[in-house]
Amino acid sequence: MKKSNMYILVVPGLLILFVCMALPLLKVLLPTLVSGDYPLSSYVEFFKDEYYLKILIRTVKIALITTVVCMIMGIPASYFISRCEKKWRGLLLAVSIFPLMTNSVIRSFAWINILGSNGIINSIMKAAGMIDRPLKLLYTEFAIIVGSVYLFLPLMIVTVSGVMENIDNDMMEAAQSLGANRLISFMKVIFPLSLPGIIVGGILVFTGTLTAYTTPQLLGGNKNLVMSTLIYQRAMAVGDWSSAAVVALIMIILTVLVIRIFNGIAARLDQRGE
Amino acid sequence: MRKNKALTLYVVLVFSFLLIPLAIITVTAFGGESVIRFPISSFSLKWFVNVFKTHSFRKSFAASIIIAVTATLIAMLLGIPAAYALSKTKSRTSGFIKSLFLSPTIVPGIVIGFVLYQFLVITFKVPVYFGLLTGHFLVTLPYIIRVVGSSLEQFDFSVEEAAWSLGCRKPEAFFKVVLPNISSGISAAFMLSFINSFNNIPVSMFLTGPGVSAFPATLMNYIEYNYDPTVSAVSVLLMLCTMVLMIIVDRTLGIASMAG
Repeated sequence: MKKSNMYILVVPGLLILFVCMALPLLKVLLPTLVSGDYPLSSYVEFFKDEYYLKILIRTVKIALITTVVCMIMGIPASYFISRCEKKWRGLLLAVSIFPLMTNSVIRSFAWINILGSNGIINSIMKAAGMIDRPLKLLYTEFAIIVGSVYLFLPLMIVTVSGVMENIDNDMMEAAQSLGANRLISFMKVIFPLSLPGIIVGGILVFTGTLTAYTTPQLLGGNKNLVMSTLIYQRAMAVGDWSSAAVVALIMIILTVLVIRIFNGIAARLDQRGE
Repeated sequence: MRKNKALTLYVVLVFSFLLIPLAIITVTAFGGESVIRFPISSFSLKWFVNVFKTHSFRKSFAASIIIAVTATLIAMLLGIPAAYALSKTKSRTSGFIKSLFLSPTIVPGIVIGFVLYQFLVITFKVPVYFGLLTGHFLVTLPYIIRVVGSSLEQFDFSVEEAAWSLGCRKPEAFFKVVLPNISSGISAAFMLSFINSFNNIPVSMFLTGPGVSAFPATLMNYIEYNYDPTVSAVSVLLMLCTMVLMIIVDRTLGIASMAG
């Protein structure tokens, strides 16, 4: 295709993207870099403030735990789906996609019913005589983690099983016929081959949890703010738009950083494989 | 595959974890008490009636459908030509341009909502509704670029060249030859971006104003002030819609196309 033709087709989209996204981002976030007594002072203040720092660490911690749990639960499930008979595979894939298509408000609401002080877990434990007073499960970091795993596990399963499906079954059989047991042949054959998918799944889950709003808002309550709920709280409840903008830029940088790190890990593992 | 009992049991547990919470919501929607209880002690359909009686639900549901469709159509109008051009030129620049088109995925939704509210609504006095539409356009564009793009990757462009050599002009060839061949990709892109726009919350949190609110944001506000089975009933209705959509997609495009 001629270059000029290509530009005609691409430029309208880019232009709108610039006006609707780049310009608002620059206009709102850039001033935070120079506001205050000296350049970057708002950021120095942010990192000096113990309250903010705790929220940042909590956000990263929740994202990290969620990603690890999603991998532990998701990778075996993906492997199972990818080796299933065709009709089962379609069904299990549909069951994994269904939650993804269901609104995250509903999926978080489900856990309010389960974890709440009159919720299912507390009712069962009370009925069994295990506790006198309801345990505080809801509005905790634990609740946010459970909710986030629930939110993002399907994404991990769908992503990883898609990659595993393309791995030839003969590979596994070859490894086993050469004497490896099933676990070892999985670890040495299937796992390395599906690593690109696992990394992509990891990026999706990690950045998704890092930036999720609904789950921490509904399951975390006001005491367990994360970065995204902090932006909303700063801007809407306190009216402090400039520190909301600071938090916003930190979130973007964090997201880019996480993608870089994951891709870096992927590249390193790739080299080792060769 | 030979049966591996431990693995099968593990997978059963994983899928129970995914499905039981949704099953519990479904049961509680039919409860007769005015607070959510599980298991339910009496049966009632009144919460479903209540959903349709609640004005804010009806209004924001319609608004969210309109916004999701409009945003998706705009994103397709700008995204399909771009995806086409990008698939025909493989160079460093086109790779860079593609990453620009996908860049809205890097910006957290809450940040998009936040800057659009400040920039469009406060600074330029743009009506909130258009701010909301802009935000949802940004959510949908990457889906169009990615899904239509990957469908173009599989298209054999020599078919298009054949049309050219037979005297078909380029725009005509695009509409008569290329577009019909990627129609399933376009449908999948439409579905995905519609659903993701409809379900999106972070972008819509800031972009609400008098009379303007996205459906999930309305639902979320309702949950924060009420704890009755109305929300369970809404959930059941929405899940039914999702099921219908998924069955349609499965019959026409194959369920794997929703994995995009």
